Amino acid sequence: MDKFRMIFQFFQSNQESFMNGICGIMALASTQMYSAFDFNCPCLPHYNLAYGLGILLVPPFILFLLGFVLNNNISMLAEEWRRPQGQRGKDSAVLRYMFCSMAQRAMIAPAVWVSVTLLDGKCITCAFCTSVPVDTLGNASHPRLSQGEIERVLARIPCKEIYNGQQLIANEVAVRYLRCISQALGWCFVLLMTTLAFLVRSLRPCFSQAAFLKSRYWSHYIDIERKLFDETCAEHARSFAKVCIQQFFEGMSTDLVAARCHLPRKAPADAGEAAEKLLGITDQGTMNMALKSWHRCKPPLHLHPPALPTGNGWAGEGQSHTQPSAPRRETAAYYSCV
Amino acid sequence: MDRFRMIFQYFQSNSESVMNGICGLLALVSVKMYTSFDFSCPCLPQYNMAYGLGIMFVPPVILFLCGLILNRQSLVMLEEWRRPQGRRKKDLAVIRYMFSSIMQRAMVAPVVWIVVTLLDGKCLICAFSGSMDPEKFVGFANLSTAQVQELLAKVPCRDDELVRNNTSRKAVSRYLRCWSQALGWSILLILIIAAFLARWLRPCFNQATLLQARHWSNYIDIEQKIFEETCCEHSRLFAHKCILHFFESMRQEIKLHSFSLPGQGEGAEEEEDLLRGITDQDQVNKLLKTWYCDKPPLDVSQAHQR
Repeated sequence: MDKFRMIFQFFQSNQESFMNGICGIMALASTQMYSAFDFNCPCLPHYNLAYGLGILLVPPFILFLLGFVLNNNISMLAEEWRRPQGQRGKDSAVLRYMFCSMAQRAMIAPAVWVSVTLLDGKCITCAFCTSVPVDTLGNASHPRLSQGEIERVLARIPCKEIYNGQQLIANEVAVRYLRCISQALGWCFVLLMTTLAFLVRSLRPCFSQAAFLKSRYWSHYIDIERKLFDETCAEHARSFAKVCIQQFFEGMSTDLVAARCHLPRKAPADAGEAAEKLLGITDQGTMNMALKSWHRCKPPLHLHPPALPTGNGWAGEGQSHTQPSAPRRETAAYYSCV
Repeated sequence: MDRFRMIFQYFQSNSESVMNGICGLLALVSVKMYTSFDFSCPCLPQYNMAYGLGIMFVPPVILFLCGLILNRQSLVMLEEWRRPQGRRKKDLAVIRYMFSSIMQRAMVAPVVWIVVTLLDGKCLICAFSGSMDPEKFVGFANLSTAQVQELLAKVPCRDDELVRNNTSRKAVSRYLRCWSQALGWSILLILIIAAFLARWLRPCFNQATLLQARHWSNYIDIEQKIFEETCCEHSRLFAHKCILHFFESMRQEIKLHSFSLPGQGEGAEEEEDLLRGITDQDQVNKLLKTWYCDKPPLDVSQAHQR
């Protein structure tokens, strides 16, 4: 029981902090990805907008989905949602609580990417450089160019090396303008997200605290129950395997004895545990045959009931219908000393 | 009992230090955010003031809200404020104490941001360069108003071709930075003096009420944590009984449907218990399928009768 308690405490205390840890790691990974990514504006009229907005919006979507994939509880939620009702009713409030808490955690890395992108400014500069107000920022005295020409010139603003519109509008002026707008958008976005988070967190106790406590308890319960069930099954599988393998070795030993027509030699009284553990296999040839047999012909997943002392309780009840009874009697005689 | 005592001491000692730790961490994050933020004044007449003041005041609001969100005690205070009275009276002094301690901690990071911004000077130069009086500085004498405005707006941008080697630009910049740093140090001094006085003079006023409020606010916090811990333990025990009950009922069902006797060999009892009567691939498959398709009801009262 103590072992269970320690393991449980580890899981429980670490479940929330584990999720928060993954969430924080993904946020850091998101900033790292952004700084490692080599942003390369195409500097062509129609491609700029697609590239800039693509870099702004596609990676957050990927990070959002990744947040769900990395969250272990997603399979728990899916299982609880799809299981047949059976004897246990389904509570949609619990499902909603689980989904909301997962979605909130998955939203953090995309929000970090979008904020960092906007505060840095390169994406917006690339995407909207063709929309810079040339009339207010540029030189009014410049000879008029066609709209297409102007667009082509403006599209090169992010690429300083090939920019040839210095007379139309100074590169630094345009870049500063776009970056100012981008940073303002970035800070507003962060403010909005923080305000939303604050409202969600502070309005909850005012409205539905009792329902929230209930949903939280049952969602933890489902998680713990699943883990305990997995543990119990693992324990059962261990015992199953142990008995199965023991029975295999016993079967091998019996076969060998039958094949060689030996009289089973009684182990000397003082050989003790070691001889028992050898399970009747005491030489290289026998061991090799056992190993070959294990590989070629694994035993069925069906454990025989353990051997009964002879003459006790078989009469009048159903016979063991699947096992041959003759080896059993011999086995009973062979192992009576065990 | 020992376990409870250890856990209690852990929570007691760490509640305040966890909150102080978060507060300090946010202050450090605030400084780091400022240094890694690429301040880029637009140097345009209408935009400068909005940008400069925006950078000075919007991040502190964000940091303040973060300070409230990350502080566990704010939730506890809200719950205590909104709960129905029931059989336990509500003490407003406790709620006020919790509110003031939360506010004090949440204000640290925004103040750090504002002070760092002022001491650095870029924000104020950007925001107020357009509002300077051109007559104070030589170099703006023979220009029209519009040109003066444009030049003043470009003061924060050192590398702009219009003002690159302009001595008046440097003069305006130095002037504004001097004001900015003076303001920053003054604010810091005033806040430190206020904190010092508050801490020294507090014992002179209502010390007994303060001790009571602090005790009960700690109590509410610890009670909440212990309640959550007890719920977790309860749900673990509940799950354990539920699963055992489930395995038992599977074993009963198998006994009913098959005719083999349960083995009674001596050395096999331990393994029997662990195997719980399930000794066959089909039986295991059936158990797993039943677990998914027909979960047991959330009622372990029958288990007690075994």
